[in-house]
Amino acid sequence: MTTRIFGSGIRRREDPRLITGQAAYTDDIKLTGMVHAAILRSPHAHARITGINTDAAKAAPGVLAVYTGADIEGVLNPIPCAWAIPDSDLKAVAYPAIASDTVRYVGDAVAVVVAENRYQAEDALELIEVDYSPLPTVINPEKSLDAVSKKKQEDAPNNQAFHWVAAGGDTDAAFADAAITVSETINQQKLIPNPMETRSAIASWSPAMGELTIWNTTQNPHIARFVTCLVTGVAEHKIRVIAPEVGGGFGAKIAVYPWEMITAFCSMQLGVPVKWTETRTENYMATTHGRDHVEYVEMAANADGKVTAVRSVVYAGMGAYLSTAAPGIPTILHGLMYSGPYDIANIKADVYGVFTNSTPVEAYRGAGRPEATFLLERLMDKVGDAVGIDSVEVRRRNLIEPFDNNRDVAIGITYDSGNYSNALDQLLGHVGYDQFRNDQAHERDHGTFRGIGVACYCEICGLGPSQVAGAVGFGGGLWESATVRIYATGKVNVFIGTSPHGQGEETTFAQIVADEIGVDVDDVEVVHGDTDTTPMGWGTYGSRTTVVGGAAVALTMRKLRDKAKVIAAHLLEADEADIEYADGQFFVRGAPDRAQSIQDVALQANVAWNLPEGIEPGMEASTYYDPPNFSYPFGAHAAIVSIDPDNGHITLDRYVAVDDCGPQINPMVVEGQVHGGVVQGAGQALWEGAVYDDNGQLLTGSMMDYAIPRAHMVPDIEVHSTVTPSPHNPLGVKGIGETGTIASTAAIYSAVMDALKPMGIGSLDMPLTPERVWRAIQESGYTGNGHSHNHGHDHGHGHQH
Amino acid sequence: MFAAEFEYRKAGSIAEAVQLLADNPDAKLLAGGHSLIPLMRFRLARPELLIDIGGIANLRGITVSGDTINIGALTTHAEIAASAEVQQANGLLAEAAGGIGDPAVRNRGTIGGNLAHADPASDWATVLTALGATVSAQGPSGSRTIAVADLIEDAFATALAENELIATVSVPTLAANQRAEYAKMAHPASFYAVVGGAVVVTMDGDRCTAASVAVGGLTPRPVKAPSVEQALAGTTLTMDSIADATARLSDDLSAAGVDIIGDVYASADFRASVAPVEVKHALLHAIGLAHH
Ligand SMILES: Cc1cc2nc3c(=O)[nH]c(=O)nc-3n(C[C@H](O)[C@H](O)[C@H](O)COP(=O)(O)OP(=O)(O)OC[C@H]3O[C@@H](n4cnc5c(N)ncnc54)[C@H](O)[C@@H]3O)c2cc1C
Repeated sequence: MTTRIFGSGIRRREDPRLITGQAAYTDDIKLTGMVHAAILRSPHAHARITGINTDAAKAAPGVLAVYTGADIEGVLNPIPCAWAIPDSDLKAVAYPAIASDTVRYVGDAVAVVVAENRYQAEDALELIEVDYSPLPTVINPEKSLDAVSKKKQEDAPNNQAFHWVAAGGDTDAAFADAAITVSETINQQKLIPNPMETRSAIASWSPAMGELTIWNTTQNPHIARFVTCLVTGVAEHKIRVIAPEVGGGFGAKIAVYPWEMITAFCSMQLGVPVKWTETRTENYMATTHGRDHVEYVEMAANADGKVTAVRSVVYAGMGAYLSTAAPGIPTILHGLMYSGPYDIANIKADVYGVFTNSTPVEAYRGAGRPEATFLLERLMDKVGDAVGIDSVEVRRRNLIEPFDNNRDVAIGITYDSGNYSNALDQLLGHVGYDQFRNDQAHERDHGTFRGIGVACYCEICGLGPSQVAGAVGFGGGLWESATVRIYATGKVNVFIGTSPHGQGEETTFAQIVADEIGVDVDDVEVVHGDTDTTPMGWGTYGSRTTVVGGAAVALTMRKLRDKAKVIAAHLLEADEADIEYADGQFFVRGAPDRAQSIQDVALQANVAWNLPEGIEPGMEASTYYDPPNFSYPFGAHAAIVSIDPDNGHITLDRYVAVDDCGPQINPMVVEGQVHGGVVQGAGQALWEGAVYDDNGQLLTGSMMDYAIPRAHMVPDIEVHSTVTPSPHNPLGVKGIGETGTIASTAAIYSAVMDALKPMGIGSLDMPLTPERVWRAIQESGYTGNGHSHNHGHDHGHGHQH
Repeated sequence: MFAAEFEYRKAGSIAEAVQLLADNPDAKLLAGGHSLIPLMRFRLARPELLIDIGGIANLRGITVSGDTINIGALTTHAEIAASAEVQQANGLLAEAAGGIGDPAVRNRGTIGGNLAHADPASDWATVLTALGATVSAQGPSGSRTIAVADLIEDAFATALAENELIATVSVPTLAANQRAEYAKMAHPASFYAVVGGAVVVTMDGDRCTAASVAVGGLTPRPVKAPSVEQALAGTTLTMDSIADATARLSDDLSAAGVDIIGDVYASADFRASVAPVEVKHALLHAIGLAHH
C-alpha cells in the first residue's frame, strides 16, 4: 500500500515556474499593435475640478488619445458595489471610472493618456493642466461621520455609507447586571495589502466580432466579467476575462476597479489592444486598502470571569467610494463573529460604514475576522486582569464545549464543528506555558521584559451558501463548480470556476483527483482563470477555494467513479452490484487480479466502441456545489516577545500556532498558508500602517516607508494542528488561508502588553513601533534598574532592528 | 515610476568620466543606481545625461597596505561585507556593510555612491566618520583628499565639486587594542538608519585610553561626540561609566548646531533620546559586555 496522496506534503507544482521567473503575469503579455495607458491621478484628497486642458498632452509625441471624465459620460456606467447590506440604509455613492467634477481621494482618476509606449504616456500626463478648488478633507472614519465636510458625498449625508446592527440576547440587560465590565478603544489601522504583482490589465476589443477580451490580475475572473458587462454595456457572453498568473491578492484583487474599465474603454475607442499596469506608487494610492476601524468595545462578565456579553460601536472607514465587496467586511464577516470560540449569551455589533477621503477599503486577508478576534482577545485579557486570573484561564472558562455537528451561537449563526479547548491545551504544551510564566517572574526582577500572548480564535470562511449570500445582500452566488475530463490516454484536466493565485490548488486539487480515482497525481492538470475555458465560479477569497471548489472537484470525481463502475461492470461482464473499486482499479468482488483500471475505462468511454446501453460516451462530469453552511476553522496561537525598555524595540522571539482546518490535503501547503498568514498579522501588530497627513496625503507612500515584514524579522514559526472534520463538507475540510492573520495580530499584541504589564501600561495603538512603546514606558515612570542586559538590539552582520 | 528622458554614456576611464561631468552641467554619475534610479523614477531627479562609471575597473576592489585599507568607490557593500581582508583589518567595515539594506541593495549599492549621495540615514557616513576615513576625490586638475567628516556637509550635500568623483575610500586598520562597533535602530521598511551610533575605543585592559564616537541617522550629517569621547578616555569601561559617558551625547548634539530629523516613523524627540542608547549598545558590544 502506497502512502495516500490526500494528506501528503508533496511539493507545489506551481513553484518551479514562480521561483525561476518563468511565470507569465498580465504585464508579461504582449499583443500585436498593443499601446499603453497611463492614468492621471488627483493630487488632492478632496477637490472640485474647475478646469482641465488636455491640448498639450494630445499633441505630445506618440500620444494617440487623452480622455477625461467628460469622455466616459454616458459610455461607461459607474463602478457598482456588489454587497448591499440589507436593512442598513446603505447609500451607494456614484463611483465614476474617471472623476469629472469632484475628486475624493489622492489617486482618483482624472484623465487617461494612451500612447505608443508607456514613457510617452507618462510624459504626456505632465502636460495635462487641471485646476482644482480644494474642499475639506477627512481621513479618520469616526471624525468623518460628523465632520464639517458633511456634504462631501452628496448622496450620503454625514458621510454615512450604512449603519448595520446585529444582536442576539439582551446585551443591555447583561451589562446592567454584570459584576465586571471592561472596555477598550481599538484603532484597527489602515493597511496596504502589497501583493508582489501590482494591478494590471490588457483590454482587446475586436470591432469585427464585437468581443472584448480582458487580461486582468483578479482573484475572480467570472465576477470581473459580470461587472465589466455592467460597466461597459458589452454583453456578458461577448466578454472574456483571463486571469493569467496572478501574483498575490490578499483581497486587493477582488474588486473590479475603474482602471481596467478605463483600459477597456480606451481599447473600444481606439480599436487596438491597450495595456495598463500600475506602478507601485499607484498601487499604494489606488489599490484597495484593508481594516481602518475605530472601535469602542465592551465586555461584561461575572465575578468568576464567565463572560456574559460583548458589544461594540465600530466606525469602519470605507474610503472615498464603496468598493465591490467592502460593506460586507465590517458587518457580515466581522460583527457576526463576536462570539469567536466563546460561549457568550448576549452580543451586539453596531457598525457604521463611513466615507473618508482616502483609498477605498476592501477585504484584506482575514477581512473582518482579525478585527473580531482582536477585540475579543483584547477584552478577554482585560477581564482576566479585572478578575485577577491568568489570561489563559479566563479563556478556558469561556470556550465553547467540544461539538462535532452544529452549534448555534447567540448572534444567530451555526458553527459546524469545534474542539477549542483541545487546540488550547495542545498550544500550551508546545509553548511550555507554565514554564514561561515561572521564568518570566524571575526575569522581571532582573529588568528583562518578556511577554506571552495567547489568542484563541474561531472564524467564518468557506463562503458560503448562496441562499445566505442573497439574504445578506451579496450581489451574486457563492457556489463553485468543477468540470473534470479524463482523456483516452488516461490524463485528466480539471476545469474550475474558482481562481487560485498563489495558494497552491493546482497541486492540492490534483491530489483530490488522484485520491478519488486512483490516477497518478502527475497525470492531472488543473485549469483555471479564463472565463472562456472554465465553468462559472465566484472566485478565490474568504478561504473558500478548497472548501467549496475542492468539494466540487471531489463530488465530480465521485460521479466519474460511478460512471466508470458501470462501464467496468460491462467490460468485465459482471453485475454492477458486484463491482468493487480500490486504488484506481475496478474488479469483481473477490477477483482483483482481473481488474479494469480507470485508464482502461477512460479509453473505452472515449472511443465508445463498446459501452453499456444508456451510457453516454466520454469521461467527463461537472458539479455545481453550493455548500450547506460556512466552515469554521479554529485554533490557538501564542507569541513570545521581549522588549528593550531603553529604546522600545520589540523582538518576536517565538511563535507557536495550533490550527484546525479539518483533514489536510497537503500539510506543507497548510504550513505555508499559516506561515504567510502569521507574518501578515505580525505586520499589522508591529510594523504596518498607512499614515495620512491632514490633507489626505499618504505619508507611507512607498516600500521605503511602509514596512512589510521580511523573513529575518520573524522567528521560525512553529506550526501544529488538530483535526476536527467539518460535518457538512464532502472532504471534511475547512479554510486555512486566513487563520494565521486572524490569530497573530491579537496574539502578538497581547504578548507585548503582557511584557509591559509591570509598567502598568494600559493600551497602545498599532503598529507597536519602538517610539510608541518607548513613550509609554517613559510616561509610566519606569526608570529601570540600570542593568538591563536584554538589548532588543540585533547587532552586527545582517541584523538590525 | 517611469523616469523622464535622459542620455546615457558609459565612461571607459576616470578621466573620461570627469571630462563628461565637466562638459555636461546636468549630468549625473551612475554607480549602483540604488539611490539615483529611484529618484529618477519618481521624477525627483531629471539628469539630462547619465554617466555610467560601472565599467571603470580601477574604481573597484580592496587593497590593504600598511595601516590603510583602500576601497575603490565602486566596490559594493556585499563585496566589503564578504572580504576576508576587510574582516581581518577592520571588522567594523564588514559588519556595517552587512547591515546595509537587504541583499539586493548590498549587491548593487557602492560605498562611493553611498557617500556621494549623502543620505542622512546612510550607515557609511556615520561609521566612516567614527573611523576617521578619507576619500580621494578626482577632478579635472587631479585628486585631493577629503576627510569623510568634512565630505558630508549637509543632507544630500557634499564638499565634492560638480566635476569631481570619489575614486577611493581609505580607512585605517584597527590596532590590536582597538575595538569598533556600530549599532543602529533600522527603519523596518528600508533598514536605513533611524539612529546609528559608531564607536572606536582604544583599550588598555579594561581602561579606555582613547575613543572616537559618531552618531548619524538623526542628523543631516554625522555628528562627532567629543564630550562622550572625553568622558570615555581614561575611564575603566563599565555599565555605569558607559551610561555616564553616553548621557553627554545631548551636549554634542546641541554643540553641533544641527536639526534633529523627525518623521512619521520616529520623531526628533525620540531619536534624540535613543541616540545615547545606540551608542551605549555599540560600546557594550565593543567591550563584550552585551549578551547576544
Ligand atoms: C531599499 C534600500 C535600502 C537601503 N538601505 C540602506 C541602509 O540601510 N544603509 C545605507 O547606508 N544605505 C542604504 N541604501 C542606500 C544604498 O546603500 C545605495 O547603494 C547608496 O546610497 C548609493 O549607492 P549607489 O552605488 O547605488 O549610487 P547611485 O544611486 O548610483 O548614485 C547615488 C549618487 O551618488 C553619485 N555618485 C555615485 N558614485 C559616485 C562617485 N564615485 N563619485 C561621486 N558621485 C557618485 C551619483 O551621481 C548619485 O548622485 C538603501 C537603498 C535602498 C534602495
